[in-house]
Amino acid sequence: MILVLAYGAVLLSFASGLLALMMNQRQILLEFSQYWLKKFPDSYKLGRSVLENSLQEGRYSNVLRHAVFMLLGLSGIFAVLAGLSVMLGREIITDQIGLGLPWLPWHVRFDSLSGFFYLIIGIAVTAVSLYGPGYVHAYDENRHPFAVLGLFTGLFVSGMLLVLLADDAFFFMIAWELMSVASYFLVAFQHENPANRHAAFLYLLMAEVGALAIILGFGVLASFSDGFTFDALREAKLSTTWASIAFVLALLGFGMKAGIVPIHVWLPEAHPVAPSHISALMSGVMLKVALYGLIRFCYDLIDTVHWQWGGVVLIIAGTVSALGGILYAMMQTNLKRLLAYSSVENIGIIFMVLGLSMIFMANGHPQLAALGLLAALFHAFNHALFKNLLFLGAGIIQHQTRELNIEIMGGLIKRMPHTSKLFLIGCMSISSLPLFNGFVSEWLAFQTALQVDVLDNGVLRSLIPVSAAALALTAALAAACFVNVFGMIFLGQPRSRHSEKAYEVEDKGMLAGSALLAGLCFFIGIFPGVIIHLINSVAGQLLGQTLPNDSAFGWLWLAPVSAEQASYSPPLVLIAALIAAGISFWYLRRNPATVMRRAEPWDCGFGGLTPRMQYSSRAFTMPLRRIFAKAWIIDERIGKDMQGAMNQDVAAIHYQLQIQDHSWPRLYQPIAQGINKLAKQVGRIQTGNIRVYLGYSFVTLLFMLWVIS
Amino acid sequence: MSWLIAILQTLLFVALAPLLAGWLKWCKCCLQNRKAPSLFQPYRDLIKLTKKQPVVAGHASWLFTIAPYIIFSATVLAATVVPLIAVDLPTSASADVIVMVGFFAFARFFLALAGLDIGTAFGGMGSSREMTISSLAEPAMLMAIFTLTMTASTTNLSVAISHVLNEGLVLRPSFVFALFALMLVAIAETGRVPVDNPVTHLELTMIHEAMILEYSGRHLALIEWASQLKLMLYGVLVANIFFPWGIAETFSLQTLGLGLLVILGKLAVLAIFLAVSETLVAKMRMFRVQEYLGFAYLLGLLGMLSHIILETSR
Repeated sequence: MILVLAYGAVLLSFASGLLALMMNQRQILLEFSQYWLKKFPDSYKLGRSVLENSLQEGRYSNVLRHAVFMLLGLSGIFAVLAGLSVMLGREIITDQIGLGLPWLPWHVRFDSLSGFFYLIIGIAVTAVSLYGPGYVHAYDENRHPFAVLGLFTGLFVSGMLLVLLADDAFFFMIAWELMSVASYFLVAFQHENPANRHAAFLYLLMAEVGALAIILGFGVLASFSDGFTFDALREAKLSTTWASIAFVLALLGFGMKAGIVPIHVWLPEAHPVAPSHISALMSGVMLKVALYGLIRFCYDLIDTVHWQWGGVVLIIAGTVSALGGILYAMMQTNLKRLLAYSSVENIGIIFMVLGLSMIFMANGHPQLAALGLLAALFHAFNHALFKNLLFLGAGIIQHQTRELNIEIMGGLIKRMPHTSKLFLIGCMSISSLPLFNGFVSEWLAFQTALQVDVLDNGVLRSLIPVSAAALALTAALAAACFVNVFGMIFLGQPRSRHSEKAYEVEDKGMLAGSALLAGLCFFIGIFPGVIIHLINSVAGQLLGQTLPNDSAFGWLWLAPVSAEQASYSPPLVLIAALIAAGISFWYLRRNPATVMRRAEPWDCGFGGLTPRMQYSSRAFTMPLRRIFAKAWIIDERIGKDMQGAMNQDVAAIHYQLQIQDHSWPRLYQPIAQGINKLAKQVGRIQTGNIRVYLGYSFVTLLFMLWVIS
Repeated sequence: MSWLIAILQTLLFVALAPLLAGWLKWCKCCLQNRKAPSLFQPYRDLIKLTKKQPVVAGHASWLFTIAPYIIFSATVLAATVVPLIAVDLPTSASADVIVMVGFFAFARFFLALAGLDIGTAFGGMGSSREMTISSLAEPAMLMAIFTLTMTASTTNLSVAISHVLNEGLVLRPSFVFALFALMLVAIAETGRVPVDNPVTHLELTMIHEAMILEYSGRHLALIEWASQLKLMLYGVLVANIFFPWGIAETFSLQTLGLGLLVILGKLAVLAIFLAVSETLVAKMRMFRVQEYLGFAYLLGLLGMLSHIILETSR
């Protein structure tokens, strides 16, 4: 039954992709329906009128668009149900599908880990399918055909779901490639812009290099076992060296997809150019699928030998990604680019906590390892919620203002009241403020890091608190970053005509999709026990260990280790907050004589505040830019236009700021140059002379004969 | 019973905060040869402000008018977590010290947003500086707190303070480092000299005041009260974590009264220290604050390392 739901989710998303192809086939459908009605003239009146209505010229595309997204939404709901039921049942379901090559059936396994990620995908896809019809409506059908978008969205979602089901390396890679390639077409959707094509190519290149690393990782495991099924790979007995090589390959492959620094560069290029609901899926969900791959590979497939140093590697990589991601995010002015960099930060946090969990496992503290895994998975879940919400919000803003540059927005809180509230919830969650979900996972991460006293290794005991402090810095910088984002977009006065004329989005679905996510952010922030209960079954299956206090304190309390050590009760805090705010509100506003009076703001006596006097995003982040100047390559230029006699009066000042990622000149350009040089060297043997080529063939033939004999 | 005491303690916190501010001002005035206002002047100011009609900028949004209530409540919530006169209260279990830092972040988030809402240059300047300083202060603060929590192996403040109490007078090098780190952070976070100067309205030096420049009436009262509360919270943190002696461990009238007297004495002494340092030290440049907070972080780190190397018996 559960498996039917899981398959159903895959098939429905696949079907939604196929249905999108019918966009240009209205004529055929029309003929078919006429034939059908002629043949069965006494079919239902209602069905008949519906069919005729929906096939009308003006309506057809709209109806089809809704139908495609409805199928996608159903797929999401199925995925949620499947994930929930497998986690609640704490089952492991296996199956075989006779697809693919005849002697290589696809092995399927659906356990709690897959179920948890199924839940993440399901929620995100449901929200996106509510949001989608209104958003894609704006695309011009001739330049950006819906058929392409819908088809690849369906394939992309089904690819992600299949990755989670795979139980052998072949099937895993097929699904993985389906996911990567389908998303490539989505990134390249608006291909008329050369920058978008470039971004899409970069994405494809890195996705394929990553896939190669994953294949090699599986290959290392497979060479020590008899077969490519995960069951066989689990049995593989590797030496420490080979296990380490496999781990590094997996980290490289999955890390490239997940976007850890310095192999994150495709992320800020690809996410802004895809349609917003696709960037929401890519950032919120696809990165999580990469995380799933890493967890499956490290916790399930490889033996435990590498865990100590693997954990250290993950902690360092995670800390660097978290700090680098948020510092780069802060300097962006393109909203979606900023959100993409912030995904790098969040993935970094997840990797870091995962590293902690590995170290605890290696040192024989499975219970603390379970706590770390819980924090990591919880943060993955939360990140999927709020990052999706923010990307959908960014989509609404782009839809209404035709802009993504936060420097020229402003004042939208009054123009777009609903969007602003939803976006504020997203900003508060991602800044990990109490009462929202981001805080709970961050709190759990701190609690995990603070348990280092049980370790024997002194270096680790001093390294982990330092990384915890880096986590604190990351969280604080994230708050600064999102104060900047919200302040620039929604507060102050409008900085451009577009944002002055913007109005609230009319499509209810777009708001409903975002509201669903925002509601979940708040709900999970108040009742985190719900999700922790689910994750516990994942930890139980992977580590054979669950948290002890899962049920002892119930839904009201969160006490991961013991109540003596730490506890947090969001519902009580919420009640206390409401009481405090209520009393102050009631007490201070009881006198009607002191109702607010509106007046002009103080303008230092010069008269006339203009929007240009406001702090801009560049100005807001200037102190941090000076303090962490080494983190970026900053190119700041101030030019002056002179005029008047002797050319001494300043007429205008131009300020230019270019901020670049260190990884391009430090890592990628040397690699690109090296490859070019190598290609030139290889080019030398290509003389273009047929006799030389015949000579090559002859030598090769001789060599082969020698090898064979 | 214990819930009642918890609520009373929170109310006491809220009620005493302006008194601490008044005492601090009184000390400073005495040191600087000025005539001191009454100790109760902050109360009079607050009452005056609540009676006034607030004037709000024409294009302010709902966020601007709601922010003071959020800031005040978040700070009050932080106060429920910190043991003032007694340990082992039920409210301290509902949130630990990391949540307390979270409450401060919550208040600051809205304060910074409110600063950006009107769209004047001052507000943006204040928000930008506040977020910068706080993001540097937070790791230093957590580093100092981690030293404490690792010693007591709990993040629950009440339990940690009981732990320090029960251990008796042990000189821990880690605590000395952590104490200084926390004091430096407290000065930065509460906006005192040398990081920020709460008494001036000079555009080059303003941080906190720049953000709240547009507030008036009851809104201003709430924000002022919240920042007085925050000052007191940090004072109580320093006093009760590092010198917890005298705090009530049982709930009898005698011990509670004693606890109140003792904490008042400790806070008064701390305020004198602060007043002396504010009189002696000049405000530093904005871009030297990073060095100051970097130093605080370093102290916290040293405390942590000395805890790990010297104090953990292995």
